[in-house]
Amino acid sequence: MGLLSKKATCNTHGQDSSYFLGWEEYEKNPYDEIKNPDGIIQMGLAENQLSFDLIESWLAKNPDAANFKREGQSIFRELALFQDYHGLPSFKNAMADFMSENRGNRVSFNPDKLVLTAGATSANETLMFCLADRGDAFLLPTPYYPGFDRDLKWRTGAEIVPIQCTSANGFRITKSALEEAYEQAQKLNLKVKGVLITNPSNPLGTTTTRTELNHLLDFISRKKIHLISDEIYSGTVFTSPGFISVMEVLKDRKLENTDVFDRVHIVYSLSKDLGLPGFRVGVIYSNDDFVVSAATKMSSFGLISSQTQYLLSTLLSDKNFTKNYLEENQIRLKNRHKKLVSGLEAAGIECLKSNAGLFCWVDMRHLLKSNTFEAEIELWKKIVYEVKLNISPGSSCHCNEPGWFRVCFANMSEETLKVALDRLKGFVDGPSSTRRSQIEHQRLKNLRKMKVSNWVFRLSFHDREPEER
Amino acid sequence: MTRTEPNRSRSSNSDSDKNSGNGGGGRTTAMRVIVPLQGVVQGRGGLFLGSVIPCAFFYFLQFYLKRNRKNDESDNSGEQNSSASSSSSPNSGLPDPTRSQSAGHLTELTGLPRSLSRILLSPRNSGGAVSVSGRVNCVLKGGDSSPYYVGQKRVEEDPYDELGNPDGVIQLGLAQNNKLSLDDWVLENPKEAISDGLSISGIASYEPSDGLLELKMAVAGFMSEATKNSVSFDPSQLVLTSGASSAIEILSFCLADSGNAFLVPTPCSPGYDRDVKWRTGVDIIHVPCRSADNFNMSMVVLDRAFYQAKKRGVRIRGIIISNPSNPMGSLLSRENLYALLDFARERNIHIISNEIFAGSVHGEEGEFVSMAEIVDTEENIDRERVHIVYDLSKDLSFPGLRSAAIYSFNESVLSASRKLTTLSPVSSPTQHLLISAISNPKNVQRLVKTNRQRLQSIYTELVKGLKELGIECTRSNGGFYCWADMRGLISSYSEKGEIELWNKLLNIGKINVIPGSCCHCIEPGWFRICFSNLSERDVPVVMNRIRKVCETCKSQN
Repeated sequence: MGLLSKKATCNTHGQDSSYFLGWEEYEKNPYDEIKNPDGIIQMGLAENQLSFDLIESWLAKNPDAANFKREGQSIFRELALFQDYHGLPSFKNAMADFMSENRGNRVSFNPDKLVLTAGATSANETLMFCLADRGDAFLLPTPYYPGFDRDLKWRTGAEIVPIQCTSANGFRITKSALEEAYEQAQKLNLKVKGVLITNPSNPLGTTTTRTELNHLLDFISRKKIHLISDEIYSGTVFTSPGFISVMEVLKDRKLENTDVFDRVHIVYSLSKDLGLPGFRVGVIYSNDDFVVSAATKMSSFGLISSQTQYLLSTLLSDKNFTKNYLEENQIRLKNRHKKLVSGLEAAGIECLKSNAGLFCWVDMRHLLKSNTFEAEIELWKKIVYEVKLNISPGSSCHCNEPGWFRVCFANMSEETLKVALDRLKGFVDGPSSTRRSQIEHQRLKNLRKMKVSNWVFRLSFHDREPEER
Repeated sequence: MTRTEPNRSRSSNSDSDKNSGNGGGGRTTAMRVIVPLQGVVQGRGGLFLGSVIPCAFFYFLQFYLKRNRKNDESDNSGEQNSSASSSSSPNSGLPDPTRSQSAGHLTELTGLPRSLSRILLSPRNSGGAVSVSGRVNCVLKGGDSSPYYVGQKRVEEDPYDELGNPDGVIQLGLAQNNKLSLDDWVLENPKEAISDGLSISGIASYEPSDGLLELKMAVAGFMSEATKNSVSFDPSQLVLTSGASSAIEILSFCLADSGNAFLVPTPCSPGYDRDVKWRTGVDIIHVPCRSADNFNMSMVVLDRAFYQAKKRGVRIRGIIISNPSNPMGSLLSRENLYALLDFARERNIHIISNEIFAGSVHGEEGEFVSMAEIVDTEENIDRERVHIVYDLSKDLSFPGLRSAAIYSFNESVLSASRKLTTLSPVSSPTQHLLISAISNPKNVQRLVKTNRQRLQSIYTELVKGLKELGIECTRSNGGFYCWADMRGLISSYSEKGEIELWNKLLNIGKINVIPGSCCHCIEPGWFRICFSNLSERDVPVVMNRIRKVCETCKSQN
């Protein structure tokens, strides 16, 4: 009818970028060990499926949590009628504690400053609604998560100005890069409202260093702008150097009672750390009461159901469980990460050295025909259509150097990862000639492994242990 | 910048928010003056126009140059607020009596809605160099002082409880359905219903954010049941969201641009101010209905509102109705709905039909007709302009589970909404819970039936009680509300008088009701009383409290 709003029809939701195209391709032809061994393997999804069994065994031991019961008594009515958009106090307390625990208890969080949202996506958007007016800009270090183009810009009308980071220093944020981005924004006649970082970084898988955080804090205090630190991967840091939250740096520098403190906002979610993206639980933590109360009101557009809140409050209050879970999850991620890195090495492919996240930032510059983004897309198409791996090209993450790819490793079984790595090696070693035979070989191997994979899918902890160690 | 405005409004209307106009103002002015003029002169060819118009323009140009010079000095301080100040300053120049012609043009410049320009101005006043967004100020300001929130807060602080706190405030404001027992099905459905879902690892992973197909099928079934199976709903046309607020907001985002407006017949739900306007920058134009017409909406008034808006240059994108109506509880008749559809067709606008109380129709007279049924037989072009909002939490009294749905016939709206639901999805354990709760048609039938019976009996009680006190209500056939006429009790026939009475009800009577002004009713003295929270035993308590207030009112008079 031509009657829709510009938002509904315009393209800034970014869903047509190659990041999402790869997904569509995958959905048409998904890999399955038995049913579709020639299908595309999904390596573009940052999902943590390594530790479901831990949560499942907890649920089996604590049936009350999922069944609306407290000490055996049904609390269904209470939960069904719960309407307060501030959220269940018990859940917010548990969440605040879990966040501190995640940061080695070096900082504490006040539950009153937490705002619950339906996922980190919504948390980021809500903060954007709170901090930026239509046409204001936020600075984001590149490469950044492709979804931000949608989450931050689409409905809010805010703009993103990239902070150009390069491989020369391992994509670190530098003072000069920050200044350049700021000037760039001014040239575009945009009012800069803040900086948004992901720490640990998506797609790099690295944690932000103390030096970088210091630069950032200096920068935002000098320019009098906000800092949003998206820390949804903070629980996935599997090796040293450890994770440093911006809250820690604020505390160490004794900035707690300054205006800078009020301008730092944290986004957190359970989707990555607990591997529960389906639960859609996100939070905003802000030191600015103004932002907290506005965001709380806006959260009525995306609330977490009381059932989910209750379930998670019980889960997170179990300190033994959370401690165990975080440790075990990190061990598993570390192993899986090692497998991916060594597998890629065998194929002659290097990765950016990383210590966190559910993915690696993979350097395939030597496989490009020329040093251009066209060549990157060409290579990416080959990898999707011929090698049948859905990975995310750096250009979709706004990386300014062609030839980098984000490869996820935690959303599949170990066998699938092996298949993927073999396919990639086959592709790098000798295109087309060896590939067919290798796939045949793989299929036979898979058939042999059917039994093993069955129990992997059942995902019971005791069955799984020998697998992982 | 301001100078360019009148010309631009002629050549291209309403896109002015994209204009960042700082700097180089003089040059663009020259170009813009010349270009449309050439068009006019050549197009009409008249010697008269060719000579008069340049003279007129020159006159205005000089006037604007003169005034702008003054503005420039003051603007230097706030240079960064480029688009905000540039597009709001013409508004400030509006009330100039000599500028009637150009003033007409100026009002057409509604790239920024009135509300937004006010928002954009406020952060400057709020001091500090760094500012949160203008919306924040609006959101914060919009809330707390209104009786709607004040009353809610009082209830939170001091809630009535028959035994624990018999002097507390009784909640008659918030639409809850407390007394309907849903424990039954949880007891009947052994725990597998819920926890089975959880033991499948799939439940925790990313799922389509617009809802699982199974749940959509269940919701479609439930909606059919609520409309007494007069129409069948297609699950593929459903998009699930976390709550009706976000469903309405998503539709508002999809159907209107910032600066556009929706027509809303009043009295209306107080929530629209938040859901439709807050974040979208979309405006609402209220179309008043009067007690003399029994608060029925009149097509003539709708038409007038449409053209008045059009005259002001505001683009109307649609009309939002609620059926059963919130706050009156009346049902829209088939004729009404057809008339609405004709209206929408003639004006080429959308219809958002808010049917969140569809399953709570309790009256025996009158029949609930869903908009879906009306357009079922229409051609595609008309179906595509109809969007229905449905809420599971009202009829099933699950507000805590946050689940609502958009039902639309428009493929583009559906696909845009699906993408937007990533920002307000329903949590997957809840989806599985709902599937098991409403998949069974017998369960659903029983639920809807009990709900209807309960609402009916409590409504009858309440209306009878109020009548004894001399308070009449309009006839309500659906929903959780009575629309009570307390005009006899207000001391002065004004909003002030109404708020005074509301204060008395809250502080002396200790009941929280919603004053008509919150529902944008233009006649003072009407109140929305939500009865779904009450049990039969509570009714006499409420009556006693209202009687107390009546007596104080009378003694004062």
